[in-house]
Amino acid sequence: MFVARYRKIFFALSIFITLAAIGAMIVFGFNIGIDFKGGSLLEVSYGDVKTDSGLALVRPTLESVQQKINGLGLGGYSVRPSSEDHFIVRTREISPAEKRDVLTALSVDGVAPTEERFNSIGPVVGKELRNKAFVAIVVVIIAIVLFVTFAFRKVSEPVSSWKYGFVTILALVHDVIVPTGAFIAFAHFFGGEIDVLFVTAILAILGYSVHDTIVVFDRVRENLRVNKESHIEEHFETTVGKSVNQTFTRSINTSLTIFIVLAVLYFMGGAVTKNFSFLLLVGVIIGTYSSIFLASPLLITLHNKKINN
Amino acid sequence: MKKYRIYSALLLVGFLLIGYFLYASEFSSSSVFSRFPFKFGLDLNGGTELVYKADISRTDPSAVADSMEAVRDAIERRVNVFGVSEPIIQVEKSSVVSGEEEHRLIVELPGVIDIDKAVALIGQTPFLEFKLLQENSPSVIGATTTERLLESFVATGITGRLLKKARLEFDPTSREPLVALVFNDEGSDLFAQITRDNVGSILAIFLDDEPISMPVIREEIGSGEAVISGSLSPEEAKILVRNLNYGALPVPIELVGTQTIGASLGQDALHAGIRAGVWGSILVVIFLIFWYRLPGVIASLALVLYVAISLALFKLIPVTLTAAGLAGFILSIGMAVDANILIFERTKEELKKGKSVADAIREGFHRAWLSIRDSNISSMITALVLFWLGTSAVKGFALTFGVGVLVSMFTAITASRTLLFAVAPKTSSTIARFLFSNGIHIK
Repeated sequence: MFVARYRKIFFALSIFITLAAIGAMIVFGFNIGIDFKGGSLLEVSYGDVKTDSGLALVRPTLESVQQKINGLGLGGYSVRPSSEDHFIVRTREISPAEKRDVLTALSVDGVAPTEERFNSIGPVVGKELRNKAFVAIVVVIIAIVLFVTFAFRKVSEPVSSWKYGFVTILALVHDVIVPTGAFIAFAHFFGGEIDVLFVTAILAILGYSVHDTIVVFDRVRENLRVNKESHIEEHFETTVGKSVNQTFTRSINTSLTIFIVLAVLYFMGGAVTKNFSFLLLVGVIIGTYSSIFLASPLLITLHNKKINN
Repeated sequence: MKKYRIYSALLLVGFLLIGYFLYASEFSSSSVFSRFPFKFGLDLNGGTELVYKADISRTDPSAVADSMEAVRDAIERRVNVFGVSEPIIQVEKSSVVSGEEEHRLIVELPGVIDIDKAVALIGQTPFLEFKLLQENSPSVIGATTTERLLESFVATGITGRLLKKARLEFDPTSREPLVALVFNDEGSDLFAQITRDNVGSILAIFLDDEPISMPVIREEIGSGEAVISGSLSPEEAKILVRNLNYGALPVPIELVGTQTIGASLGQDALHAGIRAGVWGSILVVIFLIFWYRLPGVIASLALVLYVAISLALFKLIPVTLTAAGLAGFILSIGMAVDANILIFERTKEELKKGKSVADAIREGFHRAWLSIRDSNISSMITALVLFWLGTSAVKGFALTFGVGVLVSMFTAITASRTLLFAVAPKTSSTIARFLFSNGIHIK
């Protein structure tokens, strides 16, 4: 099987995209949302509002709005145009009076736009959400690794069961870093931030990555058992290659199904879930890639290391 | 195969019943099932969420839980009076991972877009507390700041939590307005005990941390009634009585977070989510039938059954659907198909080995089971951790995703197995083998 034979090329490719993702994180930086650091977010729209003369309100230019908000003394803030006639203003946590000032600054000739949404999160709540997210990711990783080790407990020859767990973590770390880097680059150009939905998507990717890796490993487990029962001597590399081969169509078809659903969600879903589905799309592709081209070859490498020692 | 045909017929009847339930509960207002509408979160329906932090620093730790319940009840009564439909008011304790303990009240007001009005509405809920003047404390009369004044008093545990009702009265001699407070049983006992033990002391009544009355205890009061007198205009007394009767807070609360979502933004997200779900399912069905032929048709039926059961469960549990929840559900559609794909790929392998169609299907299910079990367990682990640790948005995702995984175990395995055996031919003719094989290579 070519995956097993050319595994070094795939290792190099994996290392390359991982480094590229880390590079993106360093270059573009993490744009942490107000969910996690506290602050306020105000989204307004202009199209539905009628002026006195009966015409629809036209969104003012970004510069004119920024100029007016600069005068409010809110400190660092950002105004970003969204869809056709929306503005999203992010600031530190503001009081109701300050919010009214911002709305005035966004008004055109004294006519206020429609307030689409307003979020305000205190720094303590933000910190708690951040900690929760972090703990959730760690707990999911630990729980899954324990489960994989448990599920493969009866397979100790020729590779001990904890190594399946170990490889699963490596694939998992890879599957989290790459989409995160891709998302940060995406967010840099198209807007987006690290918020609760981002963490949700990462956790879903964790689940998917393991789901996919387990299916391949499960086949390895089965083939090892069959070989033993029928007294077939086979090189471990051959067994893994055969297993990847056998699960190949399934892996591609399952990802394709999820890919279809996510692509539809990306293009037709609401603005809220757009970034979410982008992240998951990358995650599904990377998760499928890693279970075929990274996790299984890594098992072979670990096995060969043991023999050489 | 007769057995499976009967089961299949039962499955179809079940499916029709679920379909009727979904239809009647959504579109027929006269039906008994209309009691089960979909519940949508604020991000899909529009509305306001307010997060309050309760200051429990002055509350006895053992009474915190009771006090928070009292806060919840007081705010709920207040919100109900103002006619907000289906408000959700819940107490939340900061999780262990956050480092500091914080008790919060989360108030969700669907349909309320004016945040200032909502805040004002809840802000009228008074915080009532009875406090004893400490002995040897500096003169209260001379105290200039409220802070110094507060330091001179100790909490008694008598708060708005123990209030049964308030009543407007007038002093028979001075014609001054009075507010008569009636305690509940627990409050009466505590009040009697405190007045008995502290005869001669000042028992001040604080409203929103301002002392409004400082009577001296003359004797034990066993009737469970107290009176706020002095410094109130008739109008003020009337409003105070009304506010106290809607519920007085046992602890002060402070607004720490707000969220408002306009109705149009929510509706857009909802419609977009539904559209994505429908088109996603249609494309998946096309792919399944194209690639997996007859089993693909079965898998598509299982998928439709899966969507129907999940939606019915969302109504019955009920699950509050949010944008994240919708995304979780749409994602689980993809996962639900995975089990079928695993099974069909295995079936194809067995067919290649020369087994009969029925044997190949049986073997396909049998061999795919371990993979399905293990991969679904790992998905359930993710869903459980998310539900346990998540915020409301994440919980929505975890719940729809978790429900999806469980339902898919039934539809993709039990249901599709039954249907597949029901249509499986006895003979292994070339046509049968073609129908049950898959892929683009026709051999």
